[in-house]
Amino acid sequence: MQIRRQRFFRAASLVACIATVGSAEVWAQADVTGAGASFPAPLYTKWAAEYHKATGHRINYQSVGSSAGLKQIEARTVDFGASDAPLTDAALREKGLIQFPTVIGGIVPIVNLKGVAPGALKLDGQVLGDIYLGKITHWNDPAIAAMNPGLSLPSTAIAVIRRADGSGTSFGFTHYLSRVNAEWKTKVGEGTSVNWPVGVGGKGNEGVAAFVGRLPDSIGYVEYAYAEKNKMAHVQLKNSAGHFVQPSEASFKAAAAGADWKKSFYQILTNQPGNESWPITSATFIMMHKAQEKPLQAAATLDFFAWAYKNGDKLAQELDYVPMPQEVKTIILQAWQEIQDTSGKPVRKP
Amino acid sequence: MRSGTVSDLLFGAVARGAALLTLALLLGIILSLIIGAWPAIERYGLGFLTHNAWDPVQEDFGGMVMIYGTLATSGIALLIAVPVSFGIALFLTELAPAWLKRPLGTAVELLAAVPSIVYGMWGLMVFGPVLARYVQQPLQAWLGGTPVFGALVSGPPVGIGILSAGIILSIMIIPFIASVMRDVFEVTPPLLKESAYGLGATTWEVIWKIVLPYTRAGVLGGIMLGLGRALGETMAVTFVIGNMNQLRSSSLFEAANSITSALANEFAEAAPGMHQAALIYLGLILFLITFVVLVFSRLLLLRLQKNEGKRA
Repeated sequence: MQIRRQRFFRAASLVACIATVGSAEVWAQADVTGAGASFPAPLYTKWAAEYHKATGHRINYQSVGSSAGLKQIEARTVDFGASDAPLTDAALREKGLIQFPTVIGGIVPIVNLKGVAPGALKLDGQVLGDIYLGKITHWNDPAIAAMNPGLSLPSTAIAVIRRADGSGTSFGFTHYLSRVNAEWKTKVGEGTSVNWPVGVGGKGNEGVAAFVGRLPDSIGYVEYAYAEKNKMAHVQLKNSAGHFVQPSEASFKAAAAGADWKKSFYQILTNQPGNESWPITSATFIMMHKAQEKPLQAAATLDFFAWAYKNGDKLAQELDYVPMPQEVKTIILQAWQEIQDTSGKPVRKP
Repeated sequence: MRSGTVSDLLFGAVARGAALLTLALLLGIILSLIIGAWPAIERYGLGFLTHNAWDPVQEDFGGMVMIYGTLATSGIALLIAVPVSFGIALFLTELAPAWLKRPLGTAVELLAAVPSIVYGMWGLMVFGPVLARYVQQPLQAWLGGTPVFGALVSGPPVGIGILSAGIILSIMIIPFIASVMRDVFEVTPPLLKESAYGLGATTWEVIWKIVLPYTRAGVLGGIMLGLGRALGETMAVTFVIGNMNQLRSSSLFEAANSITSALANEFAEAAPGMHQAALIYLGLILFLITFVVLVFSRLLLLRLQKNEGKRA
């Protein structure tokens, strides 16, 4: 028994030695891990794969959901957390975190109405909110008809579809409705999951897209990428400047450009000023600790995002995300100076 | 022989350890559920069970809709699955020609191997629309005005809700119940059955008076297995139940939510605090429901066995 056990341990330690030596040789630097939001997960994974090809460094991203990601970064079990909803400056200070946006996405209402072409239907925030409150129940409601004089709208009931799972998409959507519809703000409010007054919940963007796709007279909301991919009929929305705009990369970028990123990264890009701005735009964020006990690890993390800001725009566009405008990227790189090691030196030189 | 004794002792210890570990795990799970749910338990107590609200923004939570959804869908599933499974098992053991028994039995068992997400997708894409179009809309047209039945079939005609979830669940648990029933039917001693046939009993009488009483425990076990699966099923239900955290009518077609579906949908993004505690509380309730079902079935079995003794 004894001998056998010793032999086993010897073999095991040998294996362990080989494994550590091997990994030490190939990976001089430990893998960077991150966890959080599922909305940007396809992009982060793609970026990580390309980054690995380019530099040999590995980035692991776990798509566990925004609030789980936040929990993990607070517990320092990961190098970065990712969330669709930004933290307020006060919350950041309290937790010792810094956040920065990576990409922008647009949230787009979609409809399934016979004879209504994509982009033909016009809505504003008040009406959209009333539909989701269950106050406007039919497509030929005077409020909708007044905005769409050229369209013949059916007299059928509106089938309201929304997300069932807690999601950053719902956060962006309900945040927008709270800004533009007073009753929504008091009755429902904003959040990754809310107490929806009406409607059927689909799971994920694909669930909502599937419902709207096969349910006549329905309305839903999805990430722009899903609307594009599934060729859904999106609607035009009235922005805060009073113009009806179509969802597009340009209109999302316009919304992001209007925000004052210099002051704070706490920017929720709904109902932004600007003639071209799409009103339901949202950025997705990375959270890191300001004080780093493992500066090399933090520097490796920042190297990855620096690489992504420099080389990742095309990949982002291919996946229908909108890259940050150049001037915002510059501000972000400067903000990284706040991420410091224990002696107060920035972990990464700009 | 000494090493034999040692290995025997070792084996015994390992086996005991495994058994104790299960018990420890069970206790650990219950304990961590209670700890996790404590803020919600403290705030709502048992009133959580009957509180009809779920508002993550205002942090007002109650489990009534999800508990109702879980029980109603599982109930519908059993209502459909038990008679059908009984028929399948009966056909396979008593009526089917020998060449059909094996392929049919395998087919039923294969149904159990279909991943639940596939049932969910199928329910959403194929079954839901069919149910809406050929069942719900005609029913609404037919019963629309009548008092009780009208309310039972009201709601948006989307084919998503309690009934669809119940039917999908029944399809999922039929293979479990049917194969257990078939297996226990097969162990009924041929002597008993043949004696009954010899006395001139019909197939129905043989099944009802000989096979079923003999296999009662097994049949009940199979049903409970199915019920357990129905209570715990997540993925397929979340696709077709509609995920509505409010109960607005008693309609079978009303979108609702089940405990598992609410957990799957909201847990990842639930903020720490009351929302998460309420979700864990729901998990604890599901745990208790399953436990009660188990205890209930045991008691039922005990009573049945006692009666048997009396009759003898």
